[in-house]
Amino acid sequence: MSSPDPMAEIRASFFIECEELLEAMQDGLQMMDDGTDDSETIHVVFRAVHSIKGGAGAFGLEALVRFAHKYETVLDGVRADRLKTTPQLLKLFFRASDHLSDLVRACRDDTPLPIQNGEGLLEELESFIATEPSLAEPEPEIDFRPVGLTLDLDLGETDDAPAASPAYKIVFTPDTEMFENGNDAFPILRALSDLGPCQITCDTNRVPPLDQLAPETSYLSWTVILETAADEAEINSAFEFVDGLCTYSVEQTDAQAELPILPALVDLPPAAELDPTPDPDVTTSNAKPKEEARTPTVAPKSVVRVDLERIERLVNLVGELVINQAMLAQSLQSAGLSPHSDAMNGLEEFQRLTRDIQDSVMMIRAQPVKSLFQRMSRIVREASSAVGKDVRLITEGETTEVDKTVIERLADPLTHMIRNAVDHGLESTADRLAAGKPAEGIVRLLAAHRSGRVIIEVSDDGGGIDRARVQQIAMDKGLIPNDAVLSDTEIDNLLFMPGFSTASTVSDLSGRGVGMDVVRTAIQALGGRISITSTQGAGTTFSISLPLTLAVLDGMVVEVAGETLVLPLNMVAETLTLTPETLDTIQPGLHVVRVRDGFVPLFDLGHLLGYRQRQDDYTDSVALLITHEDGRSGALIVDEIQDQRQVVIKGLDDTFYRAPGIAAATILGDGQIALILDPTDIIAQTPDQSQALRAKSRMEA
Amino acid sequence: MSDTHHQETIELLTFRLGDQEYSLDIMCVREIRGWTKATPLPHAPSFMRGVINLRGTVLPVMDLSERLGLPPRSHSDRNVIIVVIHEETMTGLLVDAVSDIITLPKSDLQPPPEATSQGSSAVIKYLTLVDERMTRVLDLPNIVAFEQSDAA
Repeated sequence: MSSPDPMAEIRASFFIECEELLEAMQDGLQMMDDGTDDSETIHVVFRAVHSIKGGAGAFGLEALVRFAHKYETVLDGVRADRLKTTPQLLKLFFRASDHLSDLVRACRDDTPLPIQNGEGLLEELESFIATEPSLAEPEPEIDFRPVGLTLDLDLGETDDAPAASPAYKIVFTPDTEMFENGNDAFPILRALSDLGPCQITCDTNRVPPLDQLAPETSYLSWTVILETAADEAEINSAFEFVDGLCTYSVEQTDAQAELPILPALVDLPPAAELDPTPDPDVTTSNAKPKEEARTPTVAPKSVVRVDLERIERLVNLVGELVINQAMLAQSLQSAGLSPHSDAMNGLEEFQRLTRDIQDSVMMIRAQPVKSLFQRMSRIVREASSAVGKDVRLITEGETTEVDKTVIERLADPLTHMIRNAVDHGLESTADRLAAGKPAEGIVRLLAAHRSGRVIIEVSDDGGGIDRARVQQIAMDKGLIPNDAVLSDTEIDNLLFMPGFSTASTVSDLSGRGVGMDVVRTAIQALGGRISITSTQGAGTTFSISLPLTLAVLDGMVVEVAGETLVLPLNMVAETLTLTPETLDTIQPGLHVVRVRDGFVPLFDLGHLLGYRQRQDDYTDSVALLITHEDGRSGALIVDEIQDQRQVVIKGLDDTFYRAPGIAAATILGDGQIALILDPTDIIAQTPDQSQALRAKSRMEA
Repeated sequence: MSDTHHQETIELLTFRLGDQEYSLDIMCVREIRGWTKATPLPHAPSFMRGVINLRGTVLPVMDLSERLGLPPRSHSDRNVIIVVIHEETMTGLLVDAVSDIITLPKSDLQPPPEATSQGSSAVIKYLTLVDERMTRVLDLPNIVAFEQSDAA
């Protein structure tokens, strides 16, 4: 697993770090756009770009360095109050950020660089630099310095020397008394490093040879070069608790002049040689505060980066534990133990613990939807400029945590929905003004946890669904009978029918023949549901409800021809017992069941899965009604319904054999494997049946 | 035979299918386990016996004698599943019984004669003699990596 090339590994971790920096940058820009920024925000954005540049330099990614440099220069102008943040400038920043992300990803994947739009952006950025003469010469030697650093040191060091914000030189010498009072130098250095990027050097010149060393005497002093927007008073406050117990001085210096004098750790003599003091702070204070200074405003929670594979393994193990526990429970029960026996009580406790462990493990896989939402804000920017609408994206609940796989697989459907909202949902600017709405359209993206599920909503404040038009289109396309009388909800749901597209002009934005049916299929594949609510003139809301995890499924356990099968519970609308009155045969082998006033085709699971011959008489059989509101409903015949329970999903290896209609497998309490069915796939497999059925429905109607 | 001690050797796991002796390079064998009831996969080719639970992993099991086109036989409790791994995919091979582990110099392996029929030459890599009995060394990738079209 470990790569033989250490450089490749460092490179990989650089790109992982880039992703985090890009996220921080996007966050900062969003805050500036929302007006919720503070003085630190622009620094965060600047530092993010600067760090990317620094790292890119170390790996010789010329194009990335060039662009980041220009971008950084303009950001620096804002940071130093030489440029004003106008909405135009912010828009440019957003586009520059998008381009920077593209460049980073192109470099990472070794794909061709997206140069074209880059040149235009560079020119635009340059025009801002040009208007501000003081920016024309952006600290030349500073820009190359971090490059040198990263080559020698760890990547984490890339960004501790951005220029231009006021720098202070702080000399700090603790008295012996300070340590006697229980204070330590480390928290002070950390407090300083929290104020901004800093270089900390420890002066060990006063440390005497070992034989003269008094262990309780303070010999050390530190020189801190701190770049911060904070003023002297804030710096002094770091020394609040040790006032009088140490000597320190704070003076403002010129960062450009000062920094190169301290090339990283050169001043530090090798600890073993010159510094026999057992004080651990000597070494840690040089490294640690810097680490923390890297992302000062990002939450100071400590985070561990873990290989996804390890988590997968843990998830699998816990899945096994759950199965094992079920097996144990089954065998204890069959052993005829009293429910009050110690073993049964212990088992109960065991079950509770397993559930807790399972929940905790699932939490590890959970990620905030923020990264997904950030991608969507880019989609909105691109989509709105493509159709010439002024659109603002409002996101809520970015910290809502969802399984990582769900997040990945939501990206495509959500992109599509956002594009739809911008393209179809919102009216043109002229229409909006005519309707008395503000010119700027709002697309709202919301995530929340609600009763054990994740809710994601995409809403717009556009004109709402034009139901008359939707129904007309559906009739024109032959999707519904011409004389159908449909409720509002039914009409709204027509949008999910395959082959339906309301845009009368096919724009290159959302009219690609990929309709909402694909979105719905994707959501259902995740075990989710999607619904629409729309108010004429006020907007449309798409609401997605998803299970918290993909690893566990609420299933209905059934038996067919001696085999145990599991169906996703969310797919089963109701269960029916077939009676001669409700059964009907259309043609040999095509049976239907009358459900209220409709006909639903019957699917003999035992036959379709090849377990047994087709049966002739289904009277008294049990059928599970699977509905899809788009005509693709069906009733699956099973022998017996055994149970409803949560099952752990085990993927069937795609490489070896893909059985139609089978979604995955699970392991039952007795250790046997049961297949998990994909009812939609089974129903979709026999299109001729539904056509014959539609003909019958029309005749009867 | 005296000059073989510096030659490269190969370890083979030998097993029986009917009255024939077969073997596999032991490096691709993960474990051997007793027969448990497999859950059949719908519409799978007939040699696919289904899937079994291998300590929480879903393991596909194929009936090796059917895969090799040997006449189908009834299975007994002595049947075992050899769990093999090829390109990180595990597969179970149902065989009649495992016989032995043998070590041979690689020079003792002979390619099968060209004249054999297409179907079986594709899955047999080498032939070798062990105690005057012929053993067929199977070509595992060709056995487990069958095309989807074969299945239909």
